[in-house]
Amino acid sequence: MLASILLTLPELILSTAALLLMLVVAWFEDGSARVVTWLAILSLAAAAAFVPGYDGSSRLGFGGLVVADGFAAFSKAVIYAGAAAALVAASGWFGRDGDYRAEYPLLILLSSVGMGMMVSASDLLTLYVGLELQSLAAYVLASFQRSDTRSAEAGLKYFVLGALASGILLYGISLLYGFTGTTSFHDIATAIQTQKHGADGLSHGILFGLVFVLAGIAFKVSAVPFHMWTPDVYEGAPSPVTAFFASAPKVAAMALLTRLAVQGLGGATFEWRQIVIFMALASTILGGVAAIGQPNVKRLLAYSSINNVGFALIGLAAAGEAGVASVLFYMAVYMVMTLGSFFIVLRMRDGEGRPVESIASLSGLSKTRPWLALAMAMFMFSLAGVPPLMGFWPKFFVFQAAVDAKLTWLAAIGIATSVISAFYYLKIVKTMYFDEAAPAYAGTRDLAQTVLLIAASLFVSPLGYLLVGPLAQASRNAASALF
Amino acid sequence: MIGLGHYLAVGAVLFVLGVLGIFLNRKNIIVILMAIELILLAVNINLVAFSAFLGDLVGQVFAMFVLTVAAGEAAIGLAILVIYFRGRGTIAVDDVHQMKG
Repeated sequence: MLASILLTLPELILSTAALLLMLVVAWFEDGSARVVTWLAILSLAAAAAFVPGYDGSSRLGFGGLVVADGFAAFSKAVIYAGAAAALVAASGWFGRDGDYRAEYPLLILLSSVGMGMMVSASDLLTLYVGLELQSLAAYVLASFQRSDTRSAEAGLKYFVLGALASGILLYGISLLYGFTGTTSFHDIATAIQTQKHGADGLSHGILFGLVFVLAGIAFKVSAVPFHMWTPDVYEGAPSPVTAFFASAPKVAAMALLTRLAVQGLGGATFEWRQIVIFMALASTILGGVAAIGQPNVKRLLAYSSINNVGFALIGLAAAGEAGVASVLFYMAVYMVMTLGSFFIVLRMRDGEGRPVESIASLSGLSKTRPWLALAMAMFMFSLAGVPPLMGFWPKFFVFQAAVDAKLTWLAAIGIATSVISAFYYLKIVKTMYFDEAAPAYAGTRDLAQTVLLIAASLFVSPLGYLLVGPLAQASRNAASALF
Repeated sequence: MIGLGHYLAVGAVLFVLGVLGIFLNRKNIIVILMAIELILLAVNINLVAFSAFLGDLVGQVFAMFVLTVAAGEAAIGLAILVIYFRGRGTIAVDDVHQMKG
């Protein structure tokens, strides 16, 4: 029992911290928001330090409900870093509007507990509870700015569609359970193998269950055709919350999808690969085309995230060890790039300090704020996958995995759509460098945010190449845990 | 004799009713919350029926977890609904369109 408890140490640290900090907030009220934020970041760091499985060992706990392996360890490190960055982003942004409340760090912590459970789930029950814990906190975060009707609407839309997705996922889970007789990933894999080699082949119940489960998780990673909530929620939610949605939960849901597909449904790879390929193509194409006319930078980044999830799904479609490694590598680099872009969106404030979100307000940024423009240009080129920058490498690994898996045509279409999406990234660069200067943004004095922005810029800059080797090695080690 | 198929049929019908309730409903958001509950209950019927016919307890344990989460989900849904109503003064589905694209 103690061994099992030690396997969930990061989740225990985070949930204990969340409960204790809730008492602190109840006692000292909203004045403590800033202190609570830093304590929450500290507990995320502590949780990351105590993640079991960095050494590549793989252990099951609680009768096979949770697993602590290299895959979970890699994903958790990335997820906790993303959650901490979202906390840093928020304390500076809300602070100016004076409505930063101490519930924010608590909700992020609870959401992180859920994400940790998602990536170390080895049973459908843990998968469901982790996913719901993450989602329920996220619904509240989306409607966090209570006075803003757009934020409330974003929360409402996210809630209704998210609950529908959970329902679809659950229906799929019930079918998988009924037709395999178990909820553990390992036993489901065995049952699928037995059925496939049996006289009747794979039962329709399992196929239906597989489709429903994939649809439910596709909603969480916002893959087309389950993406319709993304632009609205990203636009309506407060900017730091949007930054959070685009980073850590995406990584968690993608890791969850990967583990379920490879470990639980590995025997049915042929069946789920068709669905994943369809979602990958639809996401890259729609994410590229629909973003072109968007005047709102948060909406544009929403379509960009749909587009990027499509590329990561190409890696999943490759399915082998190299494919899984490329998915992990992709999501880690994508998270830094998207967080960097959102850090700049957080700085978009007009003269009176009100947040602005239009792309037009970026025009001439190179004259008013040259360094900010340079950083934004780097993130945009990197998201487009232009070679010397970091964003090129994850795309390279994904396409390489696809080619090695004899999916050359898929890689070719992926490359073509990445050219389409380059159009709107470059349009932002053009707006910043070649258009008449718009009124300058108000300055910021948030040191922690500036440090993170500089770190993210260095990461995507050509200097980031030094990190490609270690990061790729780490993602390969993590991927080997699933095979 | 009522068999597994009958239970699954009831579950499937309730599930479809729930999904249709979300998409076809043009009145108000409370109805959507009820439709969501309907979906979760349909899943519970499935889980319990499978559990009984497989002679395996996991399904019933799962149903308990689903019930618990459904309660939390309903609470959060209603809380968001209250915030929304305060800002807009209406909970009609047709009015939820401030953002479009």
